[in-house]
Amino acid sequence: MQAKLSAIAFSVAAAFALAGCGQKEEPKAAAPAVPAGKPEVVVKLGHVAPMTGPQAHLGKDNENGAVLAVEELNAKGMEIGGAKVKFELINEDDAADPKQGAIVAQKLVDAKVNGVIGHLNSGTTIPASKLYSDAGVPQISGSATNPKYTQQGFKTAFRVMANDVQQGKILGEFAVKQGVKTVAIVDDRTAYGQGLADEFRKAAEASGLKVVATEYTNDKATDFKAILTKIKSTKAELVFYGGMDAQGGPMAKQMKELGIKAKFLGGDGVCTPEFMKLGGEATEGNFCSLPGMPLEKLAKGPAFKDKFTKKFNTEIQLYAPYVYDAVMVMADSMKRADSVDPAKFLPEVGKTNYDGVTAQIQFDELGDLKGGAISIYQYKGGKLEYVETLGGTPIETAKAEVKEAVVEVKDAAKAVAGAATAVGKEVAAEAKDAAKAATEAGKDAVKAGAEAVKNAADATKAAVEKK
Amino acid sequence: MKNGQFFRPTVSIGLLATVLVALPFVAALGGQAWVRILDFAILYAFLALGLNIVVGLAGLLDLGYIAFYAVGAYTWALLASPHFGLHWPIWAILPLGAGLACFAGVLLGSPTLKLRGDYLAIVTLGFGEIVRIFMNNLNAPINITNGPQGITLIDPVSFGAFKFSGTTQIFGLSLSGPQKYYFLLVALAILVIIVNLRLQNSRIGRAWQAIREDEIAAKAVGINTRNLKLLAFAMGASFGGIAGGIFSAMQGFVSPESFSLIESIMILAMVVLGGMGHIPGVILGAVLLTVLPEVLRYGVGPLQMALFGKMLVDPESLRMLVFGLALVLVMRFKPAGLWPSPERKRELQEAAP
Amino acid sequence: MDIFLQQIINGLVQGSIYALVALGYTMVYGIMGLINFAHGEVVMIGTLVTITVAGTLLKAGMPVALAGMAGLMAAVLVCMALGWALERVAYRPLRHAPRLTPLITAIGMSIVLQNLAMMLWGRNYMTFPSLLPKVDFELAGANFTAIQIIIVLVSAATMGGLLLLVYRTKLGMAMRATAQNPAVASLMGVNINRVIAAAFVIGSALGALAGVMVGTYYEIAHYQMGFMLGLKAFTAAVLGGIGNLAGAMLGGVLLGLIEALGAGYIGDLTGGFLGSHYQDIFAFVVLIVVLMFKPSGLFGEKTGDRA
Repeated sequence: MQAKLSAIAFSVAAAFALAGCGQKEEPKAAAPAVPAGKPEVVVKLGHVAPMTGPQAHLGKDNENGAVLAVEELNAKGMEIGGAKVKFELINEDDAADPKQGAIVAQKLVDAKVNGVIGHLNSGTTIPASKLYSDAGVPQISGSATNPKYTQQGFKTAFRVMANDVQQGKILGEFAVKQGVKTVAIVDDRTAYGQGLADEFRKAAEASGLKVVATEYTNDKATDFKAILTKIKSTKAELVFYGGMDAQGGPMAKQMKELGIKAKFLGGDGVCTPEFMKLGGEATEGNFCSLPGMPLEKLAKGPAFKDKFTKKFNTEIQLYAPYVYDAVMVMADSMKRADSVDPAKFLPEVGKTNYDGVTAQIQFDELGDLKGGAISIYQYKGGKLEYVETLGGTPIETAKAEVKEAVVEVKDAAKAVAGAATAVGKEVAAEAKDAAKAATEAGKDAVKAGAEAVKNAADATKAAVEKK
Repeated sequence: MKNGQFFRPTVSIGLLATVLVALPFVAALGGQAWVRILDFAILYAFLALGLNIVVGLAGLLDLGYIAFYAVGAYTWALLASPHFGLHWPIWAILPLGAGLACFAGVLLGSPTLKLRGDYLAIVTLGFGEIVRIFMNNLNAPINITNGPQGITLIDPVSFGAFKFSGTTQIFGLSLSGPQKYYFLLVALAILVIIVNLRLQNSRIGRAWQAIREDEIAAKAVGINTRNLKLLAFAMGASFGGIAGGIFSAMQGFVSPESFSLIESIMILAMVVLGGMGHIPGVILGAVLLTVLPEVLRYGVGPLQMALFGKMLVDPESLRMLVFGLALVLVMRFKPAGLWPSPERKRELQEAAP
Repeated sequence: MDIFLQQIINGLVQGSIYALVALGYTMVYGIMGLINFAHGEVVMIGTLVTITVAGTLLKAGMPVALAGMAGLMAAVLVCMALGWALERVAYRPLRHAPRLTPLITAIGMSIVLQNLAMMLWGRNYMTFPSLLPKVDFELAGANFTAIQIIIVLVSAATMGGLLLLVYRTKLGMAMRATAQNPAVASLMGVNINRVIAAAFVIGSALGALAGVMVGTYYEIAHYQMGFMLGLKAFTAAVLGGIGNLAGAMLGGVLLGLIEALGAGYIGDLTGGFLGSHYQDIFAFVVLIVVLMFKPSGLFGEKTGDRA
């Protein structure tokens, strides 16, 4: 009996404890801002990143970017819907754990935020995006690069950074430019590493490279000699690694120990000072990529850097400028919609054309950044040196679109011609029907092609005008 | 027992029921996030009770229990998501998930029947890792599990038109998604508690107990140890499979990283910490280990700020440190768990010199 | 052929590391039938202490050899103290508790040690100072380094030393007696508390040695490095028959070879269906198969009912 009593006591205590916590949260969960002719409207923006755990330093960096943007917006004093707007940032920690990501996302939805900036990791961003989508809260991530995030069909999901598909593709093209013929691919079987390696493979194979070995490791491994020995036997000229610096560094080192002469190439996971520290001399001459362009190369980059270091007295780690832009895009959309109501300004987010710190931000139909640029760096003398930026310029994308459209038109014309000959040759009723269908299909194709050409031309025009 | 007569069982059950019904609404005052935490607490209690059948009743040390959870979760994810374009109903998937997990349990059980204690522990641990690694890699040559990318957009639980995601109005009450899952989970938990209770006092339960205490003696008195051990694995695994399915539906996203070894260890810790083989103890262990880290998360940071004016130790590491210490200290001072069964407690007192 | 030889070398070195850690597990298990789950963490502490001590001394201008020795000594001492404390605080009070209890304590200690290490040394990966000159050898097209040879020799020597200790000394005799039957041993005048403490201290000293070897070889360290290593080593110990010193050594080497050859050749053997992504499960599959036929490992004695 005592056992049962204590069970009850425990449950009651738990209930009270929870209720107690609830009361503390109450002010936060207060009614959302309703622009009813009041002089000031509070706009709540949620921001989520890991503030604890191994990526805490990156999380803090993201938060700083958001804080800077919000302070600037408030200092500027925006007016939306006839009322003065005050932005308020609600920071949450997801510890880079998908389960906790869902819990804090729920918390933000409960708090009726007007928009969400984040999360940092794709692993938490993807499960959380469902909750935001259900609640109709626009979400802009400055750092989640997994393509899946925007491919789920949620109207609320956006990102202001090139995704892994774009990065993998550019890395593949870069490998070709290096003049190698055979590559070996290693990935660490994480969502990030595998995604990047897959895209690299597609791009490499499409441009005629031969993938001679595909090996795997995991994100806790320290010994890569077995797989490297196998790669050695295939005599690959370049080793691509999809994964993080903690494995990439020792891997580069062990390659050297085994006498492998191949070049080493990786994505943003190995484009860190940490990689050089762990790989030592073996990293010299290796290449890696980072999404976006180096701040120094951007029109507004150096100014942003100054502002940032002055305010926080610390260097920018990685994604702060992107998070800053994410906040700005959100505010810009509200302004254009002249409303802070998520339902009203959400359509405007998709139509964004904002001149941000990191890029001219436009979204495609999925919510991905249009023409995200990727920069290549090389390790030289213990430093990361900028090599070049690939992809990303609107003119180039436009050119590519025109090319595609022309091919489409050509195909369509061929189809029409084929259909016509079919009509000429066969007079039977069946053939006629088939030909009719073919002609119609051809017509459609021509139409589509023409439209594509038009779009591409428009894009080119816009790009040229911008220049 | 002295005070017992004032509280008849019906009264306490009624009280307990009231608290259970009221809990999600009380928690909702602090936001739906707390209801979600509550959901996870019950989900873990459910899992821990499943493992309790294997470890607590039959005495088989299983360090790979999460594998069955994973099997259930992936069964749901594959059959009710756009990944294969399938959207099977719950009454088809949940039993199937339980069945597949049960099959996996027998698969694990049969080659390990001869093994004892620590050998069994390492083999089950290996089995758990094997399942996880397969889930992580079965995206090539044929894409089955979508590899490390995981599966998204998994269907929520629904009965006909009644969906468990989103808010619905019933009898003038507004029920949120997490609150609906709460009631589903409570119902399932009651089911597993009844099964546990019935088993404990059945022939099977007593046979398991005999195997747990002395396998050779059990064999000698004519107990079919092979079948009974397999049964324990199969039953425990089935519950793991059901829990996995619900987890999948609740999260809407599964990836292999949710099924790592540390999760298995956590569930085992819940069982042992609470009191092996004792149902209220196991539930207590599960609730404590799920809610405690969250409470610490909200408590440790602000507390430090209040005491020292700044963050001395970052809350996350302190949280895990406190957690580890709690495991050590509880085992040191209450070796049979926080809330052991009365018989177990007695045995221990007799055994101690 | 050179590739095959290279894979054998890779496996042998990796296996020797597993063996060195596995000896620590087996030492404790053989005497008190306890899986000291925290042993991997002892190895990690050994590596990190060496980084701090040797790193500081190197910065102060001490010659490499001396700094390395000092680092090793410091690591061994710290780990011995840690092993003693672990036994005294966490395990001794539980000697009569239900058998799952010390397992949970061990897991708890493992979490505690990891988080303490993280607070002391931070969460980032650290580089281990180069303590040995880089000497490369080449044999029939296969490359190997001095440290690799040293690792193989050290583990073999350690096993030999332990065998001598257990079968040729008085302490060893007391250990074997305690393993057989603690109650009887204590009646015969063996101070079993002291014997068990000695086993922990020796096991932890081996852990420190393993930590220094691992650090010197990979030149990288992290507060979570002990967990996976400990798990693999434990698998190796079970494979060889836990409690058996020679078995731990052989189990370790076998595991290393299986992993290297598996990662190297399974892809070609299965036409690309299996590959190096299954590297981590070869070990477990082999373990399950071995245990199906030999329930107490390759060289394990038939365990009684205690487990």
